[in-house]
Amino acid sequence: MKANFKYNLAWLGVMVLGFVIIDACEFLGIINTFIENMLVTMGINIILATGLNLIIGFSGQFSLGHAGFMAIGAYATGIITQNIATPLGFYLSMGVGIIIAMIAALIVGIPTLRLRGDYLAIATMGAAEIIRILINNFKITNGAAGLFNIPPLVTWVTVYVLMCLTTIITVNFIHSRNGRAIMSVREDEIAAEAMGINTTRWKLAAFVFGAGTAAIGGSLHAAYIQTIAPGDFNIMASIAILIIVVLGGVGSITGTFVAAMVLGALDTILQNFGTLRMIIYALALILIMIFKPAGLLGNWEFSFKRLSRRLRKESAIHE
Amino acid sequence: MSSPLLTAQQLVKSFGGLTAVSNVSVHFDQNELVGLIGPNGAGKTTLFNLLTGVTPVTSGAISLYTDNGVQTLNGKRPAEIAQAGLSRTFQNIRLFKELSVLDNVRIAMTNHYREGLLTSIFRTPKFYRTEAAMTAAAQKLLAIFDLTEVADQPAKNLPYGIQRRLEIVRALATKPKILFLDEPAAGMNPEETADLTRLIRQIQHDFHITIVLIEHDMSLVMNVVERLYVLEHGALLAEGTPTEIQQNPAVIKAYLGDEA
Amino acid sequence: MQTIGQQLINGLSLGSIYALLALGYTMVYGIIKLINFAHGDIYMLGAFWGYYAINGLHFNFILAMLSAMVFCALVGVLIEYFAYRPLRNSPRITALITAIGVSFLLENGMTYLFSANARSFPQVIRTVTYHVAGLRISNIQLLILGTACFLMLLLELIIKRTKMGKAMRAVSVDPQAAQLVGINLNHTISFTFALGSAMAGAAGVLIGLYYNSIDPLMGMTPGIKAFVAAVIGGIGSVPGASLGGFLIGLLETGVQAVGLSAYKDAVVYFVLIVILLVLPAGIFGKKTKEKV
Repeated sequence: MKANFKYNLAWLGVMVLGFVIIDACEFLGIINTFIENMLVTMGINIILATGLNLIIGFSGQFSLGHAGFMAIGAYATGIITQNIATPLGFYLSMGVGIIIAMIAALIVGIPTLRLRGDYLAIATMGAAEIIRILINNFKITNGAAGLFNIPPLVTWVTVYVLMCLTTIITVNFIHSRNGRAIMSVREDEIAAEAMGINTTRWKLAAFVFGAGTAAIGGSLHAAYIQTIAPGDFNIMASIAILIIVVLGGVGSITGTFVAAMVLGALDTILQNFGTLRMIIYALALILIMIFKPAGLLGNWEFSFKRLSRRLRKESAIHE
Repeated sequence: MSSPLLTAQQLVKSFGGLTAVSNVSVHFDQNELVGLIGPNGAGKTTLFNLLTGVTPVTSGAISLYTDNGVQTLNGKRPAEIAQAGLSRTFQNIRLFKELSVLDNVRIAMTNHYREGLLTSIFRTPKFYRTEAAMTAAAQKLLAIFDLTEVADQPAKNLPYGIQRRLEIVRALATKPKILFLDEPAAGMNPEETADLTRLIRQIQHDFHITIVLIEHDMSLVMNVVERLYVLEHGALLAEGTPTEIQQNPAVIKAYLGDEA
Repeated sequence: MQTIGQQLINGLSLGSIYALLALGYTMVYGIIKLINFAHGDIYMLGAFWGYYAINGLHFNFILAMLSAMVFCALVGVLIEYFAYRPLRNSPRITALITAIGVSFLLENGMTYLFSANARSFPQVIRTVTYHVAGLRISNIQLLILGTACFLMLLLELIIKRTKMGKAMRAVSVDPQAAQLVGINLNHTISFTFALGSAMAGAAGVLIGLYYNSIDPLMGMTPGIKAFVAAVIGGIGSVPGASLGGFLIGLLETGVQAVGLSAYKDAVVYFVLIVILLVLPAGIFGKKTKEKV
């Protein structure tokens, strides 16, 4: 317990350090609006991809519908904060978004999660498209035009703090009895059932949890960018999140962080290349996959516990 | 005569037009060691799958006798049946390959420890207590079966014989009333088989549970079991003690053909 | 009754395009279990080839379509060789992301070279509309239907009657065993890509003629729809892909006809989900159960 406290403290240190560095750069003027935009996008992508990694990498269920749940969060925030333009309104809207997204995930997940592999992927993709088409046709969501002038209730600080929070919550969830049950479903469904694991329930738990975090990402996106339209949440948006997960390494949260940052930086650098940008991006994607088929980090995970153990071992050898 | 623990009456399983198990009735008593033998394709594994709910029965009844009365198991999902106290291993080892040996065992204990979503997400003191208790219980079990050294290794890295042993330990971690072992000695050398024989006896003795095993290795079967069922073509051919079965003309005919 | 008949004709023409595309998805999936995300873009390439073959090389329609098929077959084989072959033993999700990368590359490469603007497809065949029993049928629609059916029959014959077709079926059942009996895995897979891509190329030229407009992103939506068609029909099954394609074409035009065009795609996906829940492997798909 004491040791755990030490590692938790180390992580807290990392988070504070990250905050201080960004804040200092902001203060010194190194970060302009352009770079801040990039950092915020990275943060939101990390939130989205971490949730999807829980579904794909840890429960082993191939979902291609993440953008649908993100849309729910985004529209909840867009609609509610236009009426209650206060920070409280924002958090209220985020809560509402999370709850609706989770309910939607239950409705989608209960029937479809018994499908396997690519069939599940295509069914979840269809479900997300249905969500998007409904938004596209509702009056309250302002149809295909989308919502404008959403109050700017989110700064990079909000995104940073929420990114840390959702990551902590997700990682804690994974490293618990719940997470282990979820991973057993990925490893071998039949064996998991035989060990008393209700696989349907745990798959659903991961799916609903992931949908909740997607809604958080959506809320932040809406409040930071201030305009949303149904087209922002199409199949390509789901695929963009999937790319982060696979590029980082399926089943590695560290990898998700690295991939989101690498892709975010790549995107920013490529802004100067104009139309060539997407061609370079596509080539980079293909080449990374060919040379690093398991993603940048495979399923490797950074851990202070392991680091300190290794350091201790090394110092023991030196003595 | 000891009291019955699990009974199956008139079990039938047909796949399309093919009847894999027809009208099989068996019973397993408290703390008994029963063998299930028969030629390839006799329906032994199918019978295991029916009893543990992996495949649903076409007809028939499976009942578990507990302190709180009789529980009907057919129609329940495998997880519920496992929670009721039936655990098993598989013919082709089905471990959680990428996960550590310790996690394999801890997963099997999932239902014995309550750990709410909120306690785990917010790491309350209760979370650390449950985790510690769970880990200690798993380590104790690993120690009994000489697996402490490999506790942190991914299951896929273990040698074959150890993987088989881990699968049995994992099944035990669910705290079963009855344990089904599907060809535990398959692919083992004589030395490993001898170890396994000791292991099975030890489990029956120390854990006070019923063990049912499918096995082709006759030295193992005849050595450890108290009672045998013989299946052929999906139907029950004979039942009795090892000595009775060895002298049963129908069994001899099924195994050796007419010329015997 | 007449409107139903009219919608039937429109649905079948659209459906035959989906069917041609779905065949490529289903064959590739059947053989290497990859959702070839770039398949819709091959269809786009076919349309662009047709555009240049007719405008630049002054090919007639038949020649334009045949050359588009050859061109697309070549592109398909090259894509498989460079992008997918190195990943044959990698996790399937990796290959899927690579396919998405290839799709991005084709879409953006074409946008870079030819701009994102839509251009009108040369009308090499003058549209003639026949009035039969109160229904309007254009010669283009008949051409599409006829060509699509002809190609599907041809494909069925290739798969069922030729040696290569037999090899394809063998590889899709068990690649290792197929290799053991002397089937060249690489050739078979290349051939599958060539066949599927040729079908997409033909579909591209046909759609250019039908809609009279092509652009570098034209393959995205029909690509996804065709994949949905392949899944509905039972992915890996050739007749299933054709059936699925026609089904989706009919469904789309039907939904449009009753005035719900805004929900057209939603209905398609809803039907997809319902079909998968009833038949988890699609209409003609084989349900495989894991042996315990």
